Amino acid sequence: MKIAIIDYGAGNIQSIKFAVQRLGFEAILSSNVEEIQNADKVIFPGVGEAGSAMRMLRSTGLDKIIPDLKQPVLGICLGMQLMCTSSEEGNTRGLGIFDAEVKKFFGNLKVPQIGWNTITELQGKLFKNVSAEEYVYLVHSFYVPECSDEIARTNYGVDYSTALNRDNFYGVQFHPEKSSKTGEQILKNFLNL
Amino acid sequence: MLTKRIIPCLDIKNGRTVKGVNFVDLRDAGDPVELAAAYAEKGADELVFLDISATEEKRRTLAKLVLDVAEQLNIPFTVGGGISSVEDVDILLKNGADKVSINSSAVKNPDLINQLSEKFGSQCVVVAIDAKNIDGKWSVHLVGGKVPTELDLFEWAKEVENRGAGEILFTSMDHDGTKNGFANEALARLSEELNIPIIASGGAGNIQHFEDTFKKGKADAALAASVFHFKEIKISDLKNSLKNSGIPVRI
Repeated sequence: MKIAIIDYGAGNIQSIKFAVQRLGFEAILSSNVEEIQNADKVIFPGVGEAGSAMRMLRSTGLDKIIPDLKQPVLGICLGMQLMCTSSEEGNTRGLGIFDAEVKKFFGNLKVPQIGWNTITELQGKLFKNVSAEEYVYLVHSFYVPECSDEIARTNYGVDYSTALNRDNFYGVQFHPEKSSKTGEQILKNFLNL
Repeated sequence: MLTKRIIPCLDIKNGRTVKGVNFVDLRDAGDPVELAAAYAEKGADELVFLDISATEEKRRTLAKLVLDVAEQLNIPFTVGGGISSVEDVDILLKNGADKVSINSSAVKNPDLINQLSEKFGSQCVVVAIDAKNIDGKWSVHLVGGKVPTELDLFEWAKEVENRGAGEILFTSMDHDGTKNGFANEALARLSEELNIPIIASGGAGNIQHFEDTFKKGKADAALAASVFHFKEIKISDLKNSLKNSGIPVRI
């Protein structure tokens, strides 16, 4: 199986490569359009700021390629947020794959949310052998409000969509590569799609 | 519900863990990778590696260590100790560290906090603050508490937040090593005055101390070294006890 992790200069992608490796697969880090298009599975990571991440995607032309991919694609953290219609972070227009507008946490909350929180209302193959209320690791200041593409939910001051799915596109707000055994199971489920 | 985090801290010198680690079930208690994996298995929520070596080789050894740890570890980890530039951080993050912790370099060059949070995001910038209570005033100290500064803990913490830090790791020099509990009054004030997570450090001696720092100290996470290394407290016992006291923890 060919697994490509999209390398567009955003964040800690080494950890995702290692997590895939621990499951017995090899992943390549790539910004090459053909390599990404020909992979069996594509992982779209992201850590950092939405506006500058979108600029990096546009400068490499990857913003045009990603929405047309036909194989399973998994956006992680900022990767998932960039797959939405827009983000309040830097008033950024996203890739428009998921029908959701990313918002900033508000009210009397510490931001970023950093740490382990539960996932509930789990739907579909991505959560095979994962139970509701299992813990995942999250680090984020912006969130996806509950929407029709939701396949998992988390609460931090507000109930929000912590995982999304539409057609071949999946997104998780948490870091499966850092979420212990639960994260490994979710990553394994994605690779088995 | 977001849980409170338990964070064992490992001191690293020349790529090896130091300062009495007593994990009898390990083949080699000095191997940070093996120790890290054991802690992850036992339920640690995160790990901190503090590099205390002072050799010229430091940068290269640390980068290699980070890579080895990242290859094995399935929970997040932070690296600190002598990090003083954007380039230092770039290397550590590229090798797989999730966060870096800066201390003296932030005091000497506060703009470094802005540079790091702009380039890598706030989420990976932890600012460590060591302070001592002198005549009722919490004064920030450097070099493991040896060198006093003019800075006031609460003013400095606020500045650090405004400059883009994602978390604060506060060590009370008065409590560190005493095993008499964390500096809960100062911690609670930090937590109330700031909007970023606060990690309590210094003073852990028993399970009650952790409960107190989460309840009275309003800390978001608690860091400790020797009570875990010497198996005085088992992480599973600690978390079960915290859960029974109504504190949300990951079990």
